[in-house]
Amino acid sequence: MRRETLLNAAILAGFLALPLWAWMADEPFIITLTTRAAILALAGVGLNLALGLGGLVSLGHAAFFGIGGYAMGVLAFHAQTYTPLTEAPFLIEGTKSMPVIWLVALITSALAALVIGALSLRTSGVYFIMITLAFGQMFYFFMISWPAYGGEDGMSIYLRNGFPGLNTLDPIQFYALCFVLLAGALWLVSRIQHSAFGLALAAARQSPMRVTSVGIRPRSLHLLAFTLSGAITGLAGALFADLNRFVSPTMFSWQTSGEIMVFVILGGVGRLLGPVLGAAIFIAMEHWLDGVSDYWHIYLGAILLGMVLFARGGLIGLIAGREVAHD
Amino acid sequence: MTEPVLQVRGVSKSFGALTANEDVSLDLRPGEIHALIGPNGAGKSTLIAAISGALTPDAGTVHLAGRDLTGLDMAARARAGLGRTFQISALAMEMSVLQNATLGALGGQAFRLFRPVMRDAGLRQVAQSALARVGLQGHARTRTADLSHGQRRQLEVAIALTLAPRAFLMDEPMAGLGLEGTARMTGLLDALRVEAPILLVEHDMDAVFRLADRISVLVYGRIIATGTPAEIRQNPDVRRAYLGEEASP
Amino acid sequence: MTLLLLIEQCLNGLQMGVALFLMAAGLTLIFGVMGVINLAHGSLFMVGAFAAAGVAAATGSYTLALIAALAASAVAGVLMEVLVIRRLYARDHLDQVLATFALILIFSEGTRFLFGSFPLYIDTPALLSGPITLPGGIDYPRYRLFIIAMGLAIAGGLFWFIARTRIGIQIRAGEVDREMIAALGVDISKLYTAVFALGAALAGLAGALIGAIQSVEVGMGEPVLILAFVVIVIGGIGSIKGAFIGALLVGLTDTLGRVLLPQVFGLVMDASSATTVGASLASMAIYILMAGILVFRPSGLFGRAT
Repeated sequence: MRRETLLNAAILAGFLALPLWAWMADEPFIITLTTRAAILALAGVGLNLALGLGGLVSLGHAAFFGIGGYAMGVLAFHAQTYTPLTEAPFLIEGTKSMPVIWLVALITSALAALVIGALSLRTSGVYFIMITLAFGQMFYFFMISWPAYGGEDGMSIYLRNGFPGLNTLDPIQFYALCFVLLAGALWLVSRIQHSAFGLALAAARQSPMRVTSVGIRPRSLHLLAFTLSGAITGLAGALFADLNRFVSPTMFSWQTSGEIMVFVILGGVGRLLGPVLGAAIFIAMEHWLDGVSDYWHIYLGAILLGMVLFARGGLIGLIAGREVAHD
Repeated sequence: MTEPVLQVRGVSKSFGALTANEDVSLDLRPGEIHALIGPNGAGKSTLIAAISGALTPDAGTVHLAGRDLTGLDMAARARAGLGRTFQISALAMEMSVLQNATLGALGGQAFRLFRPVMRDAGLRQVAQSALARVGLQGHARTRTADLSHGQRRQLEVAIALTLAPRAFLMDEPMAGLGLEGTARMTGLLDALRVEAPILLVEHDMDAVFRLADRISVLVYGRIIATGTPAEIRQNPDVRRAYLGEEASP
Repeated sequence: MTLLLLIEQCLNGLQMGVALFLMAAGLTLIFGVMGVINLAHGSLFMVGAFAAAGVAAATGSYTLALIAALAASAVAGVLMEVLVIRRLYARDHLDQVLATFALILIFSEGTRFLFGSFPLYIDTPALLSGPITLPGGIDYPRYRLFIIAMGLAIAGGLFWFIARTRIGIQIRAGEVDREMIAALGVDISKLYTAVFALGAALAGLAGALIGAIQSVEVGMGEPVLILAFVVIVIGGIGSIKGAFIGALLVGLTDTLGRVLLPQVFGLVMDASSATTVGASLASMAIYILMAGILVFRPSGLFGRAT
């Protein structure tokens, strides 16, 4: 078996074993921490599809994370205040049902990614980075100045949303949901990676001319990858909001985009489990370093800088070596 | 006379004051290798770009097997059956040779998101046989970046082959090849013309005169002569403009 | 809506525009010459503001504060270039984004460590405080007028510098062809450091100027940085002229949008919802402007076609 496969199995085993241990040892805080890591990992898995496979350096994925979050916030807000979202042209009620919220989060963030992608992909390279960053910021300022859903203060949802047959207030049960979604997204991405689409997308990253000359338009590939990527990150946003029972414009901030990107790169760009390992390390560092120093971002910055300058390929690259061309 | 596969009619293109192509017409008949030669700066690259769809000419049309390609972009022209190779290899370097060939075998149909592409027997067969055709069957699993320069040129041809093209458009396939490589490529192209005719842009005059059924000479953006190698050798205009008077018969 | 108010808002837009130009000019130079996208350019803005606030508090001199801002941000820029950015010239944009994101973390936390989390304030000098009455009877803050004058003067100086001086010519050559300037016998590494220092100093100056009309705090640089990105996308990367036009467009659109949009919506809906809708749309106005320009000119108003 390849070393990366073993490593991937170990990472997933860790994501199962740690919360199980915490559950038996009655350490709900550890479960919540792992849940946070799993959700942020999911956001990273989404970004990795655009960034790792597609080579699209998006610094605006906070937009989709935030849209997912507000999809949950808005629906749950209307459900808890017993006010409909709209009455015309037809009645739309709020909901506290997770599956419905997830679906809405997926669709709205996919639509946003489609529009932002269609505009941003008219350009490439450094323009693309700046434009995605700017669109993320646009949502941030819009949410701050739109008072209906809390404006700058955000809004709280009193009770976590429900899932048929589960008690989502129990940390381990909510974690199980998040883990299943993460695993599902990983399965989906791995299928895409090995599909005709994945092949063409990877080829377009390495040589756009090659792809064009076999009759495939790189921009169409990129737009689909960006849309799927945004949808997955949006789903993560909905879960993140449910974890905190709180949404605020911070979800849209450029730091959020930067952090999601950090997960991906810390773990290893384009590696299937790169964002998962990256998010886990990030959360662990946040937890431990925050206890050591108030200024832990300095250490994080130094580590990141060291990784970029000296250890390209991320942690998975360090441990498992160069990616092999598999067929 | 048989109907030409590829017909270029009246292509003109200027960049500001510079005329790169002026009323260029040529055609490619079934089974032939038609070489396009001309000194540097004669407008060969512009003409290739206009035929392949990389740029829009100011005037003129391109037809492939009776179909008007004029308004189509590069990807659509490739799907219509124009198989091209590049002067500088354009390959996905981190992928295996077989993956590169499989990419061509997709035939432009890239929006299948679930089925494992490398386990598709049909695609694999197309890709493998194209690799075998150019002599790369033993390198299917090699990382493309690890191929020699000559092997990369062969892979370019193999990918064009997977498209089952109606015509090949080859931009200096011999560029940078040594004696042995040139000989191998010459043999390959010689055999390939029965599959689909080749419009060949090439600087290597030995190869051109050995391979070509017909030659067109492009000078200052205009075609000054088209004919068999023997005719082109004898043509006084060509000798003056391009081959140089001192080249003895 | 009076004409006077409109003129005043135009001046505000102009003031925002010239401040953005100082940021965007440095970014676009650095990208044009070295091909590096520098997210930490906002940190240099912050360094300038903090240096100015620190020196102003210690000496009471606004002039010294401006000089300190220029010096501190130029030094920070040189350090940044020599220690980190220099290693990124040959790397792809992703590495540049990540490394300069790491620099933001280091600069922000370092500043928080040195100055604490409380905002600082810069007092404007007596000479520049208070309003001035302009022709037509508009009372306008002297200090904002000073920013506009400074910004325009620096823009003029920069155009002259790029067009006429030896370094300026080298910079323009470098934007066209990096190998060419090496062939001309220019010490590239010195030129790069100089361009970076210049860009950093402009950012630091902007920080010091703006620091006197808002609070000086950690994280103040990034929102300005992102606006400067919008400016560059609109104007076209590498073009100083594009940065100038783009900055004024963004400044005016943002300022006038905030004033005019609520009034426009007030014509068709009641006052309170007009304020809400107008304010929300105004917050998006510059991004909509950017999107609109992208549709018609993907490489910006003055950018080279890619």
